[in-house]
Amino acid sequence: MADDNKHFLQTIAALVSGLVFGAGLILAGMANPEKVIGFLDITGSWDPSLAFVMGGALIVSVLAFYRARKQGDYAGNIIELPDTTLINKSLVLGSIAFGIGWGLVGICPGPALVLIGSFNKSSVVFVLAMLAGFGIHHTIAGRKSGQS
Amino acid sequence: MSLDVENFTPLNSLAGGLLIGMAVSVLLLINGKIAGVSGIIFQSLKAQPGKGHWRYAFLAGMVLAPVLWRLFHQLPPITVESDYAVLIVAGLLVGLGTASANGCTSGHGICGLARFSRRSIVATLLFMATAMLVVFVRRHAGWGG
Repeated sequence: MADDNKHFLQTIAALVSGLVFGAGLILAGMANPEKVIGFLDITGSWDPSLAFVMGGALIVSVLAFYRARKQGDYAGNIIELPDTTLINKSLVLGSIAFGIGWGLVGICPGPALVLIGSFNKSSVVFVLAMLAGFGIHHTIAGRKSGQS
Repeated sequence: MSLDVENFTPLNSLAGGLLIGMAVSVLLLINGKIAGVSGIIFQSLKAQPGKGHWRYAFLAGMVLAPVLWRLFHQLPPITVESDYAVLIVAGLLVGLGTASANGCTSGHGICGLARFSRRSIVATLLFMATAMLVVFVRRHAGWGG
């Protein structure tokens, strides 16, 4: 029974997390691609807002990750987080590719979802293409490791 | 370079950031998971019988947020690219790129930095610089169209 309760708690927590994350993006103005591009336009008329968003997010997140490292999760269980420190071609080229895409339209995965929920047509096209991008990576990665 | 005083929203952006931080904290401390949106979407597509519920719940929350927001306030204005070709290219690059890099602005830019991850610092610097370069080229070097 305890497992069922935990499963329920975690499902609700994830839903709440998503709702709050989305609300945060909306409040911060990050669900408006033009505003994001305003931050990326550093040589033009520069809108520093995104830096404030990240600052606010980091203030709270740093504390959470510190707590997680020292005392684990809400029940004190150790949280297993990815611990690879490898800086490889995938990371570098992937980040550059992501940067190009993000710079082109000012949409990244999180805001894309909020835009979908805002019934924005452009975001539907973007998300479908993004899913295709995921699929292409999955296929290439699968081929590389010898899987069919 | 000039400050866009008209559009700069220090308080709302900071407050929004704090909310995002809280969302990250909840997912981390209750679910033991990293709130990296690209990874959550990517992994949710791989059918994992019985174990993936938290992803669907999280993603549903993000899509529902503006729906609920609208019940109480007007959504802020949205101005976005309308050229489908550009949107498709951008989407493909974001999908391919975040899958390769194993993270995006939330995964690397917030969670990774909050953990002082070397990988995430590198990733974040790279995608930020690249995105800024792209915007510069499109807006100020006459390639934008």
